[in-house]
Amino acid sequence: MHIVIIGNGISGVTAARYIRKLSDHKITMISAETDYFFSRTALMYIYMGHMRFEDTQPYEPWFWEKNRIDLLRARVQQVKTASKELVLDNGKTITYDKLVLATGSASNKFGWPGQDLDGVHGLYSYQDLEAMERHSAGLKKAVIVGGGLIGIEMAEMFHARHIPVTFLVRETKYWNNVLPPEESAMVSRHILENGIDLRFETELKEIHDDGSGKACAITTSKGERIECGFVGLTAGVHPNINFLKDGDLKLEKGIVINEYLETNIADVYAIGDCAQLSEPRPGRRPIEAIWYTGRMMGETVAYNICGKKIAYDPGIWFNSAKFIDIEYQVYGTLLAKPPENHQAIYWEHKEGRKSIRIVYDRNNSQVLGFNLMGVRYRHEVCEKWIKEKTNIETVLQQLGMANFDPEFYKEYEAEVITQYNQQTGKNIQLKRKRGLDAALRFLKKMTP
Amino acid sequence: MIQKIGIGLFLVALAIFTLIPVLDHHVLNTDNIYTESDYHKKAIFEAAEENGMLGKDYASNITFIKDYKQLLKTAQSKLEEQAKAGLPEGVGEWDFKLGDWKIKDYVIKTSKQASVGPVSANPGLFWWLSIGLGIIGGLLYILPLFKSFPGIKHNGIFQDPMTRGLSVGWRGLFLGSTIVGILIYGYSYMGNDLFWSLGTLAVILFITFMVFIVQKSAKNTPAKSASPSVTAWLGIFSGIYLILFYILLYWAPQYLTGWMTIADPLSKMLNGGEASQWFVYGMLYTIIMLVMGIRMISKYRHNNYQMIRTASVMFFQTAFAFILPEILVRLNYPYYDFKNIWPLDYDFFFDWNLNQLMSSGKMGIFMLVWGIVLIIIGVPLFTFFFGKRWYCSWVCGCGGLAETLGDPYRQLSDKSLRAWKYERWIIHGVMVFAVLMTIMVLYTYFTGSSNILFLSSDSVRTWYGFLIGSAFAGVVGTGFYPLMGNRVWCRFGCPLAGYFGLIQRFRSKFRITTNGGQCISCGNCSTYCEMGIDVRAYAQKGQNIVRASCVGCGVCAAVCPRGVLRLENGSVDIAERTTELKAIHISKEGVSILQ
Ligand SMILES: Cc1cc2nc3c(=O)[nH]c(=O)nc-3n(C[C@H](O)[C@H](O)[C@H](O)COP(=O)(O)OP(=O)(O)OC[C@H]3O[C@@H](n4cnc5c(N)ncnc54)[C@H](O)[C@@H]3O)c2cc1C
Ligand code: SF4
Ligand code: SF4
Repeated sequence: MHIVIIGNGISGVTAARYIRKLSDHKITMISAETDYFFSRTALMYIYMGHMRFEDTQPYEPWFWEKNRIDLLRARVQQVKTASKELVLDNGKTITYDKLVLATGSASNKFGWPGQDLDGVHGLYSYQDLEAMERHSAGLKKAVIVGGGLIGIEMAEMFHARHIPVTFLVRETKYWNNVLPPEESAMVSRHILENGIDLRFETELKEIHDDGSGKACAITTSKGERIECGFVGLTAGVHPNINFLKDGDLKLEKGIVINEYLETNIADVYAIGDCAQLSEPRPGRRPIEAIWYTGRMMGETVAYNICGKKIAYDPGIWFNSAKFIDIEYQVYGTLLAKPPENHQAIYWEHKEGRKSIRIVYDRNNSQVLGFNLMGVRYRHEVCEKWIKEKTNIETVLQQLGMANFDPEFYKEYEAEVITQYNQQTGKNIQLKRKRGLDAALRFLKKMTP
Repeated sequence: MIQKIGIGLFLVALAIFTLIPVLDHHVLNTDNIYTESDYHKKAIFEAAEENGMLGKDYASNITFIKDYKQLLKTAQSKLEEQAKAGLPEGVGEWDFKLGDWKIKDYVIKTSKQASVGPVSANPGLFWWLSIGLGIIGGLLYILPLFKSFPGIKHNGIFQDPMTRGLSVGWRGLFLGSTIVGILIYGYSYMGNDLFWSLGTLAVILFITFMVFIVQKSAKNTPAKSASPSVTAWLGIFSGIYLILFYILLYWAPQYLTGWMTIADPLSKMLNGGEASQWFVYGMLYTIIMLVMGIRMISKYRHNNYQMIRTASVMFFQTAFAFILPEILVRLNYPYYDFKNIWPLDYDFFFDWNLNQLMSSGKMGIFMLVWGIVLIIIGVPLFTFFFGKRWYCSWVCGCGGLAETLGDPYRQLSDKSLRAWKYERWIIHGVMVFAVLMTIMVLYTYFTGSSNILFLSSDSVRTWYGFLIGSAFAGVVGTGFYPLMGNRVWCRFGCPLAGYFGLIQRFRSKFRITTNGGQCISCGNCSTYCEMGIDVRAYAQKGQNIVRASCVGCGVCAAVCPRGVLRLENGSVDIAERTTELKAIHISKEGVSILQ
């Protein structure tokens, strides 16, 4: 059987690796972007000089040949599902028995005047990075539009090269549609204290042409004109499915799939950023364009293709990011605008760059989620607590078990508990400090 | 601005430091000839009068040393002649004759005493103009770093001509020519005996054959450099400077007497005597570690583990490796570094060391027992509890220099699978060599017979000292910081690290844990692992990292932008520490975990 995967991102690569582990099928992986898989999440580090492009490739070049995963550098222009054929940009066609679509995302553009000028770029692909690099020499000012996770990364990139940045966000505080107010305020403060010109409630109205087809300035929704040599568009991404528009695959925002990751056409699967689940699990979104879901889908699709049907189960939500110097981790349900029954314990370090938030259900005291800024917590421990609907007081007593900060770091769990005791008038005590053995016993279901 | 002044001062200091050995003139006269016996003195005086060196003004120490060596050779053959005619009453042959190693010593000491000029007139001033100014310049550059926010400081590392590293081709060129140079010099070092260089070459070829052909790595070319056109020219320059420094230090210290002169005041203060080249080396080593240690602390201000362990290596170097041994010497005890452990301290079991320790009373015996207890109990016990890091990243001087002076270059270690294969052959090879060498030396010590099979234990230990002790640990180990990363010696060479590694790999509570599924495969951890461990390969599978080579520096955990890694000791799962794989990608139900 010949399995063709379009896209060599984390989803496609995970699928290929697991199909190889499970079977001897012929595998071909096609990508227009780069010869080898690289980590998209590390694009910023190349620009900032932390790593070379080669360092972002998780596997050495010989890996693919050794695992008999054929790589093909080409753009697929058309998918003919009836004849099971792909038409490539080099004029060739290639046939498949099973097809996996893992084509990722593309940056959003909302029809702004001037959005296609030279010097206006998103940050998604390796080519975007090259464009940023090209425009950086002698750059006096960059404007970034859209305050999500990619926007802050782009701001940090220019900042690292001492290029002044103006960062426009629509919200009243940075990313406050996802982060709770205190955390959102903390990150906003941190962006400003780094000398980045962060503007709230400001949108892009127009990008101006310098007369040669190159961007030279923008006008904001507040009517201000800002001179700049580069405009970064980071107002979100959408599934990269344009080339499928004329086929018979069912498309909405993304390629529509069921819980087995199958599309409406037999033998065609879709995974990762480009896929849209028709029936996501409760509390989850149909498109979750993040690294981890792509990886889980890649693994799941491999089982389904190799004849072992299993439903896609993303488990308890988790994610992480880094806002310049502040690390961020989240486990479970944590909403910016929580419903009535969500009760939070929030502790913040006096320097304002670390915080711990634990959310539980006011009615039945079950723990729901953890939000960490500048503090690291153990994924598996938090996940197990949430999965087993553990009582918040048990969690608090054992909280040290979750701490994953390096050795010799100060532990703040006792302060979190003091916070809880103040809020509730109770007198809970911390029973466990940071340490691996207790966490292992807990995870292995031994008595702690 | 202040930082620029700092760099400027540092460069001036470096220039002065580099020039010091050639600033003075040399004039030989009857008061400044150094000898240790009247017979030698007489013969040398005679020879001096014959060849007319006395009173002649030499502007360059190279010609002075050339002529003076010649003179000593003449004196040597004179004494040889006289010895044939019969030795004076009660004088041993070797006290009477002038041995080759004595000549080396005499050249250094006389060259030092015979120098006249600014440096010998003002050693203290020149110490300040070179080393003192260097410290000030360095600190002016480093201290402002404390003003920035705590956090990862890697901006521009791969854009900097000092730290961006070389392409594989350039690296190979440097490595290849260094090896060839060492083997050629080794031929003459061993008295024009080809056996040693050829034998070593055969071992190198054997290892390459095993890695390339048997282990099928020929095609596994390591990653290419950033771009073929960029090479770290400042890095190359620094590498060459360091390599030349080590070559002179080990094999031509007679040209460096200027440095010994400026170190004299400090040396007299500590041990009461004049500075040797080893004192100069120890002094520079310690000062560099202290200054660059401050830099390391400024860089990892957000990380207590890094700050504490850096302070620890700074302390052990200053107190245990530098000051304490000098004080012991002043008190007439043997020179002893209490934290240096065989087989890194490869001459611990040499006859002269054993004799010296055993003839130094209770203190000497204590030192001997201490050294042996460390080897057989201390190392396994501490490594069981904490991993090899307790030594490699907290105590060791080589590791200490790598973590301070070498920190800017940690990203240059080779992460390819091929490099790992080389690593295992070479480090275990050196370990076996060290053990066999020591067994032979002890055999000779106890039985008195110097030949074992067809080899003389004396030559074996000379070759070990030359090839491993000096060429590998020094020239390559430190000289290659800017070319191949800061732990070349620790990773490929150190026999003690090999010993630690076996314990760490098979019986230790230490591992680096991976935080569930949080890894985004970005590669920061692997890039900044100075031991060339592909940390990401484990982390992205949710697997713990248990590797013999990991020195537990903790930098992978510090640089991970997603908080994925933690250095930990745990006893609950010692047995499955390495094997456990977690199902992190999808729920465990219905899926078997794949390797
Ligand atoms: C700067 C940046 C930072 C990020 N940081 C994080 C993070 O910290 N955490 C996190 O969870 N997520 C992060 N993400 C999101 C994450 O990278 C994506 O969710 C993930 O890469 C999606 O993987 P994928 O395999 O689905 O698609 P992609 O990685 O986008 O791969 C798709 C590939 O398919 C190719 N392709 C598409 N169409 C065709 C065609 N027609 N023919 C041939 N090839 C085609 C594309 O060129 C591309 O190479 C980040 C994204 C960016 C851009
Ligand atoms: S640095 Fe962290 S996130 Fe990046 S590859 Fe390593 S473990 Fe994964
Ligand atoms: S794996 Fe981590 S702790 Fe070990 S040597 Fe490498 S960077 Fe240091």
